Amino acid sequence: MTALLQVEGLVTEFAGREGRLRAVDGVGFSLARGEILGLVGESGSGKSVTGFSIMGLVDAPGRIAGGSVKFDGMELVGMTEGELRRLRGKRIAMIFQDPMMTLNPVLSIQTQMLESVLAHDAVSRDEARRRAIEALGLVGIASPEARLAQYPHQFSGGMRQRVAIAIALLHRPDLIIADEPTTALDVTVQGQILYEMQRLVRESGAALVWITHDLAVVAGLADRIAVMYAGRIVEQGSTTEVLDAPLHPYTRGLLDSVPAANVSGGRLRQIPGMTPSLAHLPTGCAFRDRCGHADTACGEIPGITLRGSRQVRCHHPL
Amino acid sequence: MSAVLPSALPAPQTPLQRFVEEFFESRIATLGFVLLAAVVLVALFAPLIAPQNPYDLAKLDLMDSRLAPGEKGIGGATYLLGTDGQGRDMLSAILYGLRVSLYVGVVSGIIALTLGALTGVFAAYAGGRIEQFVMRVVDIQLGFPTILVALILLAVLGKGVDKIIIALVCVQWAYYARTARSAALVERSKEYMEAARGLGLSGTRIVLRHLLPNALPPLIVVGTVQVAHAIALEATLSFLGLGLPPTEPSLGLLIANGYEYLMSGKYWISFYPGVALLVTILAINLVGDQLRDVLNPRLAK
Repeated sequence: MTALLQVEGLVTEFAGREGRLRAVDGVGFSLARGEILGLVGESGSGKSVTGFSIMGLVDAPGRIAGGSVKFDGMELVGMTEGELRRLRGKRIAMIFQDPMMTLNPVLSIQTQMLESVLAHDAVSRDEARRRAIEALGLVGIASPEARLAQYPHQFSGGMRQRVAIAIALLHRPDLIIADEPTTALDVTVQGQILYEMQRLVRESGAALVWITHDLAVVAGLADRIAVMYAGRIVEQGSTTEVLDAPLHPYTRGLLDSVPAANVSGGRLRQIPGMTPSLAHLPTGCAFRDRCGHADTACGEIPGITLRGSRQVRCHHPL
Repeated sequence: MSAVLPSALPAPQTPLQRFVEEFFESRIATLGFVLLAAVVLVALFAPLIAPQNPYDLAKLDLMDSRLAPGEKGIGGATYLLGTDGQGRDMLSAILYGLRVSLYVGVVSGIIALTLGALTGVFAAYAGGRIEQFVMRVVDIQLGFPTILVALILLAVLGKGVDKIIIALVCVQWAYYARTARSAALVERSKEYMEAARGLGLSGTRIVLRHLLPNALPPLIVVGTVQVAHAIALEATLSFLGLGLPPTEPSLGLLIANGYEYLMSGKYWISFYPGVALLVTILAINLVGDQLRDVLNPRLAK
């Protein structure tokens, strides 16, 4: 299997008052066509910044300080803005978190969809419109012709996210990066969108990076899971392996924090402490202050341990 | 603007309908709107309404000069608002003066808004040093007293409608640039901007199609207030003898013309143009205030 996306040692820094903070620190993973990777982590773990870094959308004061992102053989890190722009929306699409905010409120759906078609392909407006209608139909929007003329405020949250997904699918991209696209939606709508996404990825053969904090979402969706903590991927492997037998204590903690995993009425389990601020990370393993297995060895940053096809960054894997 | 309407409602109000409804909720704003509409209509149709063409010096009779309001002239015409020092009918002069004042105010406002908005929005989008530079230029511009800058410009440029418009644009663009930049900064941090970039759209396109339209509401509010300012400033400059030529008097020049007769009890030559100026500016400000309230998302019900 040749990788469509190969990320190695990616480092993204933000210059702030407390010096340079590494929001993403040595992240590496690879993704084949048709594969779905669940990138899981708490707020501030660097999962969204990883997504933005792949797209080349990291703005000042942030910058990609090192590492490589290879997409279909091309190195994206260090590409000019013009070269990146030709890929964005065309071969790599992004879906954002808040469906209320990703559509421009003052432009009609048609204007926004045609704009994205015409930004990359020199086709007639009729052809662009036809494609827009097709994409809306694909994501399950009824009477797409009529809906095209409407404005975002006339759509419900779930419908808007469908429109955002339709826009992402307009060019049949090879890679889709979805940044928590269902977090703001009701569970029922979330279920529908997840189902549609899975179907669309299977049909189009696109690779999908699904960024989320919700393990339940990736459990049913992703082929593989990468768990992020404080800018590093602490564990990665196939979904079933990671969820059934986590190797990293943090993954274990995350799984235990899902209420359904506990006995009804019993005391809910949680990970002690709080996600550390990037400015005050403990030396060595970033998780050691909250970890029941920590000892003096954890003062050193753990390297990547391979266990079959799985990777874990821990001195004491479970 | 961004209120969520469930799409299942049979006929959701368009944003425009909602805007109109909210605007006319206030009686004082409705009054302002009616006054403004009246002023604009009267100014537009001045040549049809005015009893006399005040620019046609051949029609003026010096024997009719300084007649009090309501007096009859030699030709038999009744001067409702009296006449000025050259025997010009004040009512006609005011109607034509309104035309000049509104024209100068609105045209300079539109040009300054366009220039200022583009500068501010591009500066906000570019960020970094470019933004810093542009905004310092704006700060310097705003640091000078408006009237001083306008006076110097007019002293250099000379008299004329086009000259005064240039002067007014020069002193006003900075207000629009500052407002546009702050509005654009708010919009820039919203997700649809990231989404637009994620689609691979060009920078110019993002600024003109996505950033600018969303930054417009505060600009419209500043625009109405600034048009009122421009009209007042033009009147001030004309009063000081700079700006418009005396053959085509604006309201400010009419007030200035009557100034010398004020002490001799001939109040009407200055008074009525002053009233017209006051009503115009008041009406614009009333409309502007309500626009601000309606377009301000923080005050939205």
